Amino acid sequence: MAEALSRPGKARLGRLFVYGCLVVVALLYLMPLWVMVVTSLKPLDEIYGGSFIGVPKVVTLDAWRAAWSEACIGTECTGLKPYFVNSLLMVIPAVALSTGIGAINGYILTKWRFPGANFVFGLLLFGCFLPYQAILIPMARTLGLLGLAGSIPGLVAVHASYGICFTTLFFRNYFVSLPDELTKAAMVDGAGFFRIFWSVILPTSIPIIVVSCIWQFTQIWNDFLFGVSFTSGSSSPITVALNNIVNVTTGRKQYNVDMAAAMIAAIPTLVVYIVAGRYFVRGLTAGAVKG
Amino acid sequence: MSASTRMSSRLAGWLPRIVVAPSLLVVIVTVYLFILWTGVISVTSSKFVPTYDFVGLEQYVRLWATPRWHTAVANLFIFSALFLALSTGLGLLMAILLDQNIRAEGALRAIYLYPMALSFIVTGTAWKWIMNPGLGVQKVVNDLGWTDFRFDWITNPDMAIYTVVVAGVWQSSGFAMAIFLAGLRGIDNSVIKAAQIEGASLPLIYRQIIIPMLRPAMLSVIVLLSYIAIKSFDLVLALTNGGPGTATELPSTFMFSATFRRNQMGVGAASAVMMLMTVAAIIVPYLYSELRSENNG
Repeated sequence: MAEALSRPGKARLGRLFVYGCLVVVALLYLMPLWVMVVTSLKPLDEIYGGSFIGVPKVVTLDAWRAAWSEACIGTECTGLKPYFVNSLLMVIPAVALSTGIGAINGYILTKWRFPGANFVFGLLLFGCFLPYQAILIPMARTLGLLGLAGSIPGLVAVHASYGICFTTLFFRNYFVSLPDELTKAAMVDGAGFFRIFWSVILPTSIPIIVVSCIWQFTQIWNDFLFGVSFTSGSSSPITVALNNIVNVTTGRKQYNVDMAAAMIAAIPTLVVYIVAGRYFVRGLTAGAVKG
Repeated sequence: MSASTRMSSRLAGWLPRIVVAPSLLVVIVTVYLFILWTGVISVTSSKFVPTYDFVGLEQYVRLWATPRWHTAVANLFIFSALFLALSTGLGLLMAILLDQNIRAEGALRAIYLYPMALSFIVTGTAWKWIMNPGLGVQKVVNDLGWTDFRFDWITNPDMAIYTVVVAGVWQSSGFAMAIFLAGLRGIDNSVIKAAQIEGASLPLIYRQIIIPMLRPAMLSVIVLLSYIAIKSFDLVLALTNGGPGTATELPSTFMFSATFRRNQMGVGAASAVMMLMTVAAIIVPYLYSELRSENNG
């Protein structure tokens, strides 16, 4: 937009200033990640003797090993490994369920509009902005009644239910821009409701499927409130286990293990972000930019 | 047309509604019915488990008579105001700077946004360590020779809430940047060209033309960040655990501890209803205007 900035000399100084600001802010943003990584690689004595931000003099993976398989969470000293597995068992079905249901909802709300379809969409949309404190008590009671309290399937059900609101929004806003001629032509050819969805709509929706999966994966993996409210002990997701490790107050605080544990909890979503950042940003802005 | 084909075509007409019905049912139960249920519990004397006896607004009276709740509400105002102002300002500034044909724009954008991919628990853990007075920033500056330097906000009840602001802004300003940048990219260049031909300076163009044109993006950022602020829970829990004492209590943490730790389910439900009403007051008009302008447009 601003390519016409140039008035020589002054303009060069201006650009230097712009780059300077951007780089300083970038360093500030990277600092916590840097601190986490270097702290997790230092032996404990170096942490208590040195500075938190400096390069490690001795690099050791002991803290990572401890965080993964030895650190104590409550009275169990199993490390994060079983909780990492819990989170995987929770996130994979929940993402698949909510994305699949959201896709078919979005298809119906755009290509098979019925009277009241907009109202239905409005009902679902408010669910995206629900402060979950407002449903914690009834959900805890209901999970108890269904025999799902404190279990991974219970968490899957909770995440899939509320995820439907987001995924329906994604797919609806995406399908709105697909021309109706596409589905009409298929209908003339005799294709039915499901046939059109499978053969016409789904093949065009790979990008939004990726957006939806990434968004749901990040949200569910990072969730803490549902995890801490509806599970305890060995069925907790990784965020709850991480918080328990960090809040251990006995003995000499093992900051390197804390940081390694935080990195282990962060790596899955960071990897997704690095591999598919473009789709991640689209998911983020989907709530703000109209379809 | 035979009776059976008429049947099947009528079925086909209902099919979309039948397919969407289960998810609608799930949402009606888990969102709207559960909200109602919470509302019902808030007018009962429930403590450890729900008891369905009507006590009127007693729990709300008790809630507003609790000093801890007052702290939580005051903190929410401080936190939201600063979090919104700093995230929006920083996000807008970064978006404008990034929009100057920057080389490495993609890489810089990726750096500003990566905190959004992290769990608030991870963010809280990292910043708790950075702001630890004994070993974090304070110690480094002290070791550099400035021995009087104090950065002990996290252990100071008067300042602890600002550590939540720092970590929250670090996590969320990239989000504001992304929305503003999308808004800037949508602005028609010819308007700016015309203003430049008129001899307007760049800062003036931004102040008078571009930033006013970003109003829809600004609205989205403010609404979405307010929502993030009101539901902030994990960040506080991981960073300060609501302390020192109750210094960083927020409505979200108050609700949780009243319900699950202090056996005051009725008060917890009442505080949840207060939170819900605050969010609804912000979100419902926003969604309504978004949906309406979409239908007209």
